[in-house]
Amino acid sequence: MSDWIDIAALDAVPARGARLVKTAHGCVAIFRNAMDEVFALDNACPHKNGPLAEGIVHGNAVTCPLHNWVISLETGMVQGPDEGQVTTYPARVEDGRIKLDVAFLKQRAVA
Amino acid sequence: MTQKLIIIGAGMATGRALEQLLKAGGDYDVTLFNAEPRGNYDRIMLSPVLSGDKTYEEIVIHTADWYEENGVTCRFGEKITSIDRAAKTVTADNGDVLSYDKLLFGTGSNPFIIPLPGHDLEGVIAYRDLEDTERMMGLGPDNKCVVIGGGLLGLEAAAGMAARGVDVTVIHIMGHLMERQLDEAAGYLLRKALVDKGITVKCSANSKEILGENGKVKALLLDDGTELPCDLLVMAVGIRPNVQLAQDAGLAVGKGIHVDDQMRTSDDDVLAVGECVEHDGAIFGLVAPLYDQAKVVAKTLMGEDAQFVQKELSTKLKVTGCDLFSAGDFAEGEDREDIVFRDPARGVYRRLVLQGNHVIGAVMYGDTADSNWFFGLIRDKTDIADMRDTLIFGPAYQGGAPSDPLSAVAALPRDAEICGCNGICKGEIEDAIAAGADDLAAIKATTKASASCGTCTGLVEQVLAVTLGDDFVIPAAASVCGCTDMTHEDVRRMIKSQKLTSMQAVFQECGWKTSCGCHVCRPALNFYLLADWPLEYQDDPQSRFINERKHANIQKDGTFSVVPRMWGGITTPSELRAIADAADKYMVPTVKVTGGQRIDLLGVKGEDLPAIWKDLNDAGMVSGYAYSKGLRTVKTCVGTDHCRFGTQDSTGLGIKLEKTLHGAWTPHKLKLGVSGCPRNCAESTCKDIGVICVDSGYQISIGGAAGMDVKETELLLQVPTEEDAIFVIKAVTQLYRENAKYLDRIYKWMAKVGLDWITEQIEDLENRADLVDRFEISQTVYRHDPWAEHVKKADTYQPLANLALEAAE
Repeated sequence: MSDWIDIAALDAVPARGARLVKTAHGCVAIFRNAMDEVFALDNACPHKNGPLAEGIVHGNAVTCPLHNWVISLETGMVQGPDEGQVTTYPARVEDGRIKLDVAFLKQRAVA
Repeated sequence: MTQKLIIIGAGMATGRALEQLLKAGGDYDVTLFNAEPRGNYDRIMLSPVLSGDKTYEEIVIHTADWYEENGVTCRFGEKITSIDRAAKTVTADNGDVLSYDKLLFGTGSNPFIIPLPGHDLEGVIAYRDLEDTERMMGLGPDNKCVVIGGGLLGLEAAAGMAARGVDVTVIHIMGHLMERQLDEAAGYLLRKALVDKGITVKCSANSKEILGENGKVKALLLDDGTELPCDLLVMAVGIRPNVQLAQDAGLAVGKGIHVDDQMRTSDDDVLAVGECVEHDGAIFGLVAPLYDQAKVVAKTLMGEDAQFVQKELSTKLKVTGCDLFSAGDFAEGEDREDIVFRDPARGVYRRLVLQGNHVIGAVMYGDTADSNWFFGLIRDKTDIADMRDTLIFGPAYQGGAPSDPLSAVAALPRDAEICGCNGICKGEIEDAIAAGADDLAAIKATTKASASCGTCTGLVEQVLAVTLGDDFVIPAAASVCGCTDMTHEDVRRMIKSQKLTSMQAVFQECGWKTSCGCHVCRPALNFYLLADWPLEYQDDPQSRFINERKHANIQKDGTFSVVPRMWGGITTPSELRAIADAADKYMVPTVKVTGGQRIDLLGVKGEDLPAIWKDLNDAGMVSGYAYSKGLRTVKTCVGTDHCRFGTQDSTGLGIKLEKTLHGAWTPHKLKLGVSGCPRNCAESTCKDIGVICVDSGYQISIGGAAGMDVKETELLLQVPTEEDAIFVIKAVTQLYRENAKYLDRIYKWMAKVGLDWITEQIEDLENRADLVDRFEISQTVYRHDPWAEHVKKADTYQPLANLALEAAE
């Protein structure tokens, strides 16, 4: 069951940038692309736990600041020759506000 | 029965009509009047006469002998003053009355003279006939001339006079040159080429008044108050059909003399051709339609049926070294699409305007070899759907076989110039290859081709490939990243030459394949844009690596290191106390002294950054830029302050350098050292820029490194004073900023351009001052403390939300 909660104004996250949401089980990175779509992913690169929120956002992907792994914001899949996947969470923009589905975040806590 | 034909005007149109009529065996007794005291000559070639490439004799079309052989009665230097159409007679200015059966108007056009105050002064002329041309040719070198009008004629006049050593300024009212024939980009390239010829070009300039002295022109005054002194003023702002005589004779006249498709005026026995006519609302200035008209009028005179049909027109400029071509309609429109090809290095620009599957307009600059082919596509309304993907490359790339970029090179003749700098032709390169030169370096060494500016490198490689076949593999020029096929150098040239001042402009103009670049190209573009257009471009933090976005160095666990600036490596007890307090307060796990004489606080949490910066700011310290592709540190020794060997105040110079350079972004990190004597305690000779103080002054050397590569600096210059040293270092830093590839340290850049070239640039005092000027302009934007600014937006360093608390509820 979905449980959409209001997080912040879209403008709080820079276009082609990211901000963090703290949860009891670590940080989730909220990304905004150039088209004003938002994505939520665990803030940890599958390689060496690099903070993805600090990466450069291009198209629908982010490059990890530590070793330049490129991760799809849509699927969480690592692009190119490297392998791995980052957990993604449902996120959307409604009336200029960013909403997250906490139901999924709770599942994350269980897992 | 032989009829009487009187022709008024011996220009190119009536001349061609006469030829056609004679060829067809027309039974006419022809009398030819001309106001100019000469017969038909090639008016289009006046420009080559002006520039000295041709003589008047070479451009004469019909000689006195020709007229005599063909039985034409010539009355040159005589005007017709009136026409009596009822009596079918004309009256010449000497009073002679001649009767005609047919009358042909070829009165041409008059140059338009802007009625500015002073337009009737001696020395104000148009550019229309041989007299005007001779007037311009009479102007000796070092005289000044102003040309009003940046169209075809004005520019040809300007270039012709410039070739004769005249100091020429072109004034153009529109924003770019030849705006009717060229789009802005081609206009820009043309302007550049003219400026290179020493011509001053002022666009968007309004003339206000022509100033004179003793009845003679002295200067042109613009409405912004600029006064341009001149000995001659040429107005080349357009032409108006010469219709006075026709109007007086009661013929139908609009902009020109109205003619039908058979070139008949409103009087069946009076015909007209050339620049004086108006056909279907259009008037004509180019020769091609005039010759078509001449053909038609000859047929009409022969009693045969013919129709004049207006066709697409094309334009070429006859200025040596400026190859440009334009045809058709190239305005932008909703249902129109552009195909654009640019090669800034070769100065080549091509733009095709498409409507559906047809080319309706073309503008070409730099390489107009294929212009006839493109013109054919426009004229014939060819369906180009099948060749659209390779269309812009021209005819060599069309046809059955898969397109081969080498075929064009293979097709070049042996005398085709490959290297413009050194004047090396294809044949010389082929000979060098035959003599054993089998790669680029060998070609450079033996022929000098591509050894100067290097823009023809690709061509030379293609000649190698064509000649050697499979034995030669063209080294692929590395593109910036997967988003583009262009190299850093190409992109940078585009940014400069096309004045691209935003990232979107680069993506668009350079044909980026991704919507918003990637982590490789965006930081590079961000640097190029801010370095080349410091005032126009807005720095984009989202295109910077995290360290430069957050002004701290990211560590492997996601924490950051913080390094405050210590100017020249000098600190104070109170600064040290503040650093110690900050380390305690934010529980900094590691405090380390760096190789650049700074103190590094390692392991600061991201969200604490604004707070620790504030504390350090309050103690008078600013960001040390230890994270930047920019000025890092100036390492110093204590110099004459304390050292018994010191020759100069190396610490003082280090501080001054750091204060003036700080905040400047560079292609890669920039580390400096200043040593007070050749013992070199500041290790200056392995820095990007190093200074060794000696008794007689300051030795400035560049290109050192002590990282993956270890390099010793090489001497750039020795200067006598501290002021000179700072000036030279600013200049060389700016030269590096303007020319190096992103992520090349100075030593890598130096390996590409050569120390000699750098020295040459800096030794030129004017150039040196210009570099420093540009550096200072950039520093007005970037010489500041980013920490203080980021403290103001400290909330952006905090999490967006904290769901942990809510979950606890």
